[in-house]
Amino acid sequence: MAGIPHDHYEPKSGFEKWLHSRLPIAALAYDTIMIPTPKNLNWMWIWGIILTFCLALQIVTGVILVMHYTPHVDLAFASVEHIMRNVNGGHMIRYLHANGASLFFFAVYLHIFRGLYYGSYKAPREITWIIGMLIYLLMMGTAFMGYVLPWGQMSFWGATVITGLFGAIPFIGEPIQTWLLGGPAVDNATLNRFFSLHYLLPFVIAALVAVHIWAFHTTGNNNPTGVEVRRGSKEEAQKDTLPFWPYFVIKDLFALAVVLLVFFAIVGFMPNYLGHPDNYIEANPLATPAHIVPEWYFLPFYAILRAFTADVWVVMFASWITGGIVDAKFFGVLAMFGAIAVMALAPWLDTSRVRSGRYRPMFKWWFGLLAIDFVVLMWAGAMPAEGIYAMISLIGSAYWFAYFLVILPLLGVIEKPLPMPATIEDDFNAHYGKHGTPAE
Amino acid sequence: MLKKLAISAVAALALSGGAALAAGASGHVEDVDFSFEGPFGKFDQNQLQRGLKVYTEVCAACHGLKYVPLRTLADPGGPGFTEDQVRAYAADNFSVYDPEIDDDRAARPADHFPANNGVGAPDLSLVAKSRAGFHGPYGTGMNQLFKGMGGPEYIYSLLTGYTGEEKEEAGTVFYGNTAFPGGWISMAPPLADEQVEFDDGHDNSLHHMSQDVAAFLMWAAEPKMMARKQAGFVAVLFLVLLTSLLYLTNKRLWAPVKKGAKAA
Ligand code: HEC
Repeated sequence: MAGIPHDHYEPKSGFEKWLHSRLPIAALAYDTIMIPTPKNLNWMWIWGIILTFCLALQIVTGVILVMHYTPHVDLAFASVEHIMRNVNGGHMIRYLHANGASLFFFAVYLHIFRGLYYGSYKAPREITWIIGMLIYLLMMGTAFMGYVLPWGQMSFWGATVITGLFGAIPFIGEPIQTWLLGGPAVDNATLNRFFSLHYLLPFVIAALVAVHIWAFHTTGNNNPTGVEVRRGSKEEAQKDTLPFWPYFVIKDLFALAVVLLVFFAIVGFMPNYLGHPDNYIEANPLATPAHIVPEWYFLPFYAILRAFTADVWVVMFASWITGGIVDAKFFGVLAMFGAIAVMALAPWLDTSRVRSGRYRPMFKWWFGLLAIDFVVLMWAGAMPAEGIYAMISLIGSAYWFAYFLVILPLLGVIEKPLPMPATIEDDFNAHYGKHGTPAE
Repeated sequence: MLKKLAISAVAALALSGGAALAAGASGHVEDVDFSFEGPFGKFDQNQLQRGLKVYTEVCAACHGLKYVPLRTLADPGGPGFTEDQVRAYAADNFSVYDPEIDDDRAARPADHFPANNGVGAPDLSLVAKSRAGFHGPYGTGMNQLFKGMGGPEYIYSLLTGYTGEEKEEAGTVFYGNTAFPGGWISMAPPLADEQVEFDDGHDNSLHHMSQDVAAFLMWAAEPKMMARKQAGFVAVLFLVLLTSLLYLTNKRLWAPVKKGAKAA
């Protein structure tokens, strides 16, 4: 892929030439910030910047928190209270970090669903998509381990339940679980390794973010039409695009400011809203909380994990055919990871040649249903796993898999797409030109 | 599109409250109008001092506040003691073990409120945050924005919620209580009308003292609440300004591009 033709950096002064022939760093910065960007991007394309901001926020606040935190089962909880009471501005930094994780996931879910609707995962952007999925997985690992660090009741019991999942793997499950925990149960060794990894993984994420950006700067951004930027000549490309600076930088900064407005209102006025009250009780291995609930951003997958109980026919079938090796617990674990795996495979499961959902009359409805399904699963994950909630979780999980494994492959064959604009310029003109909404 | 964003934001926020819902509240929690609720609420300094007095004279017999440093009684946004008052309060009421002299000595401002689990009573440093009383509307917990988490309401409801019934199980006496999850608590009714005298002759009915000590425990759990709300307020104000400026900049920047489209 040759990339979109555009102006390149030209070293002018003597120093610039000297540097450029040794390290073309100014060229890299220039090409990155001036990248031609489809001019018809809508407001769903802002989440990337917001996510970048979240990563920076988490790293900066996290590095400060580490200066005052003590990773030891007897001291961790007290050291968090020390941060809240004695460290200058410590209470704000901790609340920013805790709520920052929620903002991070809120943004990543909108970012992912944006990609799912506009077909951003399709060729030639599969690598961008896969890297994105890896980032999402690492985010989940990092957030999970971070939640353990304050060593409250939910920290401890969440860690116990989730690491217990690995114990469900046949034959090798228990050794793996012991290896992860550093002992037979969640204890000081677990806290220490989680602390170490919680500090390490964000930097791995940062590196993957760089690769993610590199990949889509190579293919060019997708856009709401899914129609590619014309690349015949620079002049042609310029009709479809605008440079990232200043057009999209300012637009994204505006969006970031709006999001931060809500974020700071939550941090300032209801910082414990998204947390669980039980985590203000120090971890006690002898007292199990009435309900062990994960953080809200894990709930959809938690619902899928719990949906497949022993009385569901697919589970019975799997158990029968494997001679009992795959039991309900292991099936649930497979389903949970499978739910993310099928999403990662979307580029190869979606058979439609049309990229954007805008021109796919049937896809639109199924996609809408998927978005609702996600929200319903989130709600079901917070409910006790019994009665009607178990049923809803099961139906929701089934639809999740059906969407990726059945509906996406089939739609490409049976759906008749709507006419698409020939170029991005046409789309932009149709929107802002004579027949569209006026520009001002 | 902005509308779509707003809708999804509201939806996600509403849903995330599901977690709060699942926390489960079995007891009955009375709503109390505390002075520190809502974005602009403030602690009532006199109320915190009365609450401290109730805590010291009644609750401290069984409970501790091990995470609360005594000197914070003089911090801004709290009961507003002077440093001398803190020193006197610490020395008069508590003694702590000092490893250097291998003996007990009178507490100093640098010490924490002592821990106390003699009768198996939980530490109260964070109880106002570890017991959320509010989960509505519809389990979203959104009313926390205006009412707080409901922890102090829970404490108030606990202290005033004794039914007068008693039962004995395995040698422990349990007291009927409408706020406590399960309905039976092993804490005997700790507070009664006129048990504590206030210097200024303030109303010392059970109802009022329960509110006072609940407010004090909210402060103990979240001593920086005033500073936090103020920071939040400044941040929001600043961001409103920044948002407006960026909105105008963005509009101006894109105007020629959009106008170009109009001509086409
Ligand atoms: C005679 C000892 C005693 C005194 C005095 C006492 N408590 Fe308790 N308190 C207990 C015990 C014991 C428990 C544990 C009850 C249980 O879990 O069944 C407890 C539990 C509590 C709880 C936690 C309830 C829960 O949800 O787990 C709160 C809040 C509380 N007390 C507040 C107070 C306040 C406020 C005062 C002072 C007005 C006070 N207590 C005075 C013994 C006492």
